[in-house]
Amino acid sequence: MELVLIQILNGLQYGLLIFLAASGLTLVFGILGIINLSHGSFYMLGAYLSLTLTSWFGDIFLALAAGIPIAFAFGAAIEWLFIRHLYNRDHLQQVLLTFGLILVFNELQRILWGTQPHSVPIPAYLSASIQLSDTLSYPVYRLAVGAICILLALAMMLVIQKTRIGQMIRAGESNREMVEALGIDTRILFRFVFAAGVALAAAAGIVAAPIESVYPGIGERVLIISFVVVVIGGIGSIKGALVGALLIGLADAFGKVFLPQLASVVVYALMAAVLVTRPAGLFGRA
Amino acid sequence: MTVTSRGVSRRRLLQLAGAGAAVSALPLARPAIAQAKPVKVGVLLPYTGTYAPLGEAITRAMELYVKQKGGSLAGRQITFVKLDDESAPPKGPELTTKLVQGEKVDILTGTVHSGVALAMSKIAREEGIPTIIPNAGANDLTRTLCARNIFRTSFANGQVGLATGTAMAEAGIKRVVTCTWKYAAGVEFVEGFADNFKKAGGQVLKNIEVPFPNVEFQSALAEIASIKPDAVYAFYAGGGAVKFVKDYAAARLGASIPLWGPGFLTDGIESAVGKEGDGVKTVLHYADDVDNAENKAFRKAFQDAYKAAPDVYAVQGWDAMQLLEIGLTAAGGDAAKRDALNAAMSKASFNSPRGPFRLSAANNPVQNFYLRELKDGKNQLIRTTATAFSDPGTGCKLSA
Repeated sequence: MELVLIQILNGLQYGLLIFLAASGLTLVFGILGIINLSHGSFYMLGAYLSLTLTSWFGDIFLALAAGIPIAFAFGAAIEWLFIRHLYNRDHLQQVLLTFGLILVFNELQRILWGTQPHSVPIPAYLSASIQLSDTLSYPVYRLAVGAICILLALAMMLVIQKTRIGQMIRAGESNREMVEALGIDTRILFRFVFAAGVALAAAAGIVAAPIESVYPGIGERVLIISFVVVVIGGIGSIKGALVGALLIGLADAFGKVFLPQLASVVVYALMAAVLVTRPAGLFGRA
Repeated sequence: MTVTSRGVSRRRLLQLAGAGAAVSALPLARPAIAQAKPVKVGVLLPYTGTYAPLGEAITRAMELYVKQKGGSLAGRQITFVKLDDESAPPKGPELTTKLVQGEKVDILTGTVHSGVALAMSKIAREEGIPTIIPNAGANDLTRTLCARNIFRTSFANGQVGLATGTAMAEAGIKRVVTCTWKYAAGVEFVEGFADNFKKAGGQVLKNIEVPFPNVEFQSALAEIASIKPDAVYAFYAGGGAVKFVKDYAAARLGASIPLWGPGFLTDGIESAVGKEGDGVKTVLHYADDVDNAENKAFRKAFQDAYKAAPDVYAVQGWDAMQLLEIGLTAAGGDAAKRDALNAAMSKASFNSPRGPFRLSAANNPVQNFYLRELKDGKNQLIRTTATAFSDPGTGCKLSA
């Protein structure tokens, strides 16, 4: 019983982390229609920003505050340089270009930061642990990360549902020509959405860095699981991404303990089951 | 068509060609001038990707050894032909062929990744080219796939596991949970460990396998906490090792359930885990503070040359060149005398920075193993747990 409760906690916490990483992907995929394979690289960018900025400022939250604008600007630049040429092209060309970006980013990472694994310090005021059982403790920082993920999820839903820019994003998603006819510059709008997606992925990388450790190729794992989240939750749905990510987190935590032989396929089996019953995802529009 | 234009049958032509090849292969037929040509050493190592630091350490040590000997071994100048294998097994055959047939190297060395090394050794067996493996630990390389011309200066995964199993049993540990990635090397490290640990009366309560390269370990830690073993034996490497050691410390498990593993759990990540790695015990065929003259000289030379401390991978590269020097000397500096070269290398015995080094009948190192404890960012030597410890070489048909 104790093990079950601990696994629920583990699953929710892991799920919230994947949600943060995947939310940017579902925005970009759902609204811009871009299959962005380099999404994991932006997560990696966040992790390495966390490493450098935390060593400069001495605190992970200052690194988060400084890292998000940097990642946003970086995302806007990448959109202007590459992504905007892809909106009217087919998926194959999008996949080729964004895959090329992965190779470039990996090489840049190697040149700038080297190949040794690093770790990012947890701030002293969050470094305590909570005693869960007589042998196991739970780090407070993991709970803090969960809280940050929930806050960001609420903020995103608020922006998209309640603000003017959110209204424009939703309109741009459903009918691009109509929005343009109404005098809204979709080029700027799309650049904003892409940059926001990059900033979200980087934010996930920044807060996860102290528990993940920072090493080359850290983004590739995140990329695959993010696509699974988007497929389960429904393309473009933030709410779907949240539910999908939590389901995956729980499936992964329980799969590893109760079905160890199938641990690596549990998540994909879940995805297959969702695809069979609800092809558009849990919250997607068919 | 069975007859050529000059009326020589195809069979006759083949016989002539065969005779010609046989004559040219005779050492006596070689002109003396060939002796002056440098010996070409093909180096297949990862210079990009996760294993790049390992490839670099091995290369540096090999080059340093040859440089210390004035650029030549056994009176023959040595030239290195280096290729990056990217630790990508599909590239193994192509790159090996490029070295052997394109570059016509005399000696082959490499590599780090076992998958690439298996592909490489297949070609090396077919070509009969003397080959030295300075890292890859796949058991089969010196078990079922062993060969007269294939040598290893590192370890077999199972060998490290066996040595760790004995050391843990000797430390009075009875009940253990093992924990690894579910892939070839992880399985071999755990199997070797379990063999010797059970023989010594120990009990493996559970083997937790995490899909490779998944690094979400909270579920595994919760399970360990509920089973409450005497100790945990874990194998991870690189970024995964950093995360496992740190998560283990953050869960405060270390106080009641000590963490053990093969040396690769902590090698190269000492600074990344910092204080959280304190107390992790590992067993390996090398420790920085092994007390012998060779190790002191080696560490000083490496530090002076590269302004960086050498690691176990550098030691393996260094010994690859020690081994080659012995082989070349026995062959009178002629790398074409493969039988003499192979025979001398398989019988080689020398002092390595890791302690006395010789090869088993399967050409895998017979070497000491050391218990180390991670403390203040250093793997500190506690004691020698085994001397002249050999891998069983199960399935190898070579005899000494």
